[in-house]
Amino acid sequence: MCGIVGFLAKKPEFVQSLGEHVVPMLTCMGDRGPDSAGLAVFGEPVDSTLRRFNLYAPERCFDWSAFEQQLATRLGGEIEVSALENHAVLIGSVNPVRFKAWLSETYPALHLLSTGRAIDVYKDEGHPTDIARRYHFTQFRGTHAVGHTRMATESAVSPAHAHPFTAGEDFCLVHNGSLSNPYSVRRKLEKKGIRFETDNDTEAACRFLEWRMSEGDQLEAAIQKGFEELDGFFTLLMATADKLILVRDPFACKPAVAVETDEYVAISSEYRALAHLPGVKNARIFEPVPEQIYSWTVSSSLT
Amino acid sequence: MDRVIELDLTRLTVRELNHYLHHELPLVGQASSLSAPQRQAGSLPHVQILNPNGMHNLAVGLDAPADIDILGHAGYFIAGMNKRANVTVHGNVGWSVAENIMSGTVRVKGCASECAGASAHGGLLVIEEDASSRCGISLKGCDIVVGGSVGHMSAFMAQAGTLVVCGDAGSSLGDSLYEATIYVGGKIHSLGADAQEEPMTAADVARVSDLLTKSGIARDPKSFKRVASKRSLYHWHSDAGQEY
Repeated sequence: MCGIVGFLAKKPEFVQSLGEHVVPMLTCMGDRGPDSAGLAVFGEPVDSTLRRFNLYAPERCFDWSAFEQQLATRLGGEIEVSALENHAVLIGSVNPVRFKAWLSETYPALHLLSTGRAIDVYKDEGHPTDIARRYHFTQFRGTHAVGHTRMATESAVSPAHAHPFTAGEDFCLVHNGSLSNPYSVRRKLEKKGIRFETDNDTEAACRFLEWRMSEGDQLEAAIQKGFEELDGFFTLLMATADKLILVRDPFACKPAVAVETDEYVAISSEYRALAHLPGVKNARIFEPVPEQIYSWTVSSSLT
Repeated sequence: MDRVIELDLTRLTVRELNHYLHHELPLVGQASSLSAPQRQAGSLPHVQILNPNGMHNLAVGLDAPADIDILGHAGYFIAGMNKRANVTVHGNVGWSVAENIMSGTVRVKGCASECAGASAHGGLLVIEEDASSRCGISLKGCDIVVGGSVGHMSAFMAQAGTLVVCGDAGSSLGDSLYEATIYVGGKIHSLGADAQEEPMTAADVARVSDLLTKSGIARDPKSFKRVASKRSLYHWHSDAGQEY
């Protein structure tokens, strides 16, 4: 069992208060997934010449200023690192491929959580309530967010195995369910030179979809191919820089409920995680049907 | 006016609520809290549950005549294993409402998620709007009336009882059906293995009419289609040649 949550703001005040709405959703779903949790938040994108990287260090007292200096010396350019304990956001005119290569060589213990212009990802082991508190999730602003609470059933409990998973740029995915063919998907992708970081089944889904998008598919088309390729149970919630997308497997084995108002879209595994949202009691609440792609786009007026 | 017992879930835990409904409510009907005319008129104790906020396991395992109103959306397993009580949810419910009920009535004024009435033995379950997939799975004698549509695999392996669907039925309706009967007012997306459409008899029309009346849903009972088991799947064929 796991919990998934998603939120997309339709009004500026909900962009400002994103974290306040999402944190009760996430902590409520701690009942479904108490062993680790994560949240991806999409904010205003940085300039197209820049990239935004999120990093995770195993030790909370990691020396980020030494890291910043070494990075500036080796890769040059303007770099800004803002760190909170073992998490850091790095913004700079750094080539993602070069950065990734440098990172794995120089700081192999650091985990690259996300790459993009708009995405920040926080994930860690522990109860969702504690993780939300440690990283100040309530203060987060942004147009949309995707969160996950995990109760591991198929691979280890570790920060790297927690969701959201990311691949490519500004793309993340959370999953409730279990895939039965992640290794065949993985072998297929590894032959194409795609590298995996964990043995988690969700990572296979995430990298498969990102691979399709890198081949030119829109996310919706990639998901259609995913229905053919991915075997097992899944409710998948995905986000790109401007979209929130939800799908359920053909049997709809894992739950999902969605609510849409003039002010926001919110998705969760269970209604009780949405019960605190303003106006929810009289809003349109619905259960997404199997194999249908539900997609919401961030209004251009908000970015 | 009957006295309403209000139980507020912002003040009580679900465990306290259910403890009250199991141990104290059955005494209310016998005690002095009902007036003599109420007792004579057969009024039932009336409980309102406030602020359900999607919580699970509300009003499960009741075994006393009572009217229970849940005011708002509720979560999973609402009114499961019910005996004798009448439970009404003024909102939607999550998975497995009225699971394994034995008697009484469970009514959902909104929509129900998956597995509504799963394995229910008796009584009546009314869902006024839509029910999701696997509605009436493994049904064992309860009558279910759905005012809207049902999702895929509804009445899967249903053994006894009735599923009346006023709207449409999703794919694989009545898959591996035993002796339950399904009536559908709208379209059937597809029938499951061993389910077949059969002509409506006068007895079928009367049965649908009776259940619609009990449910308070106005539909022409003659407009329904009957689906029942072909009975070819659950019999052992000794001359089948063991070809599997």
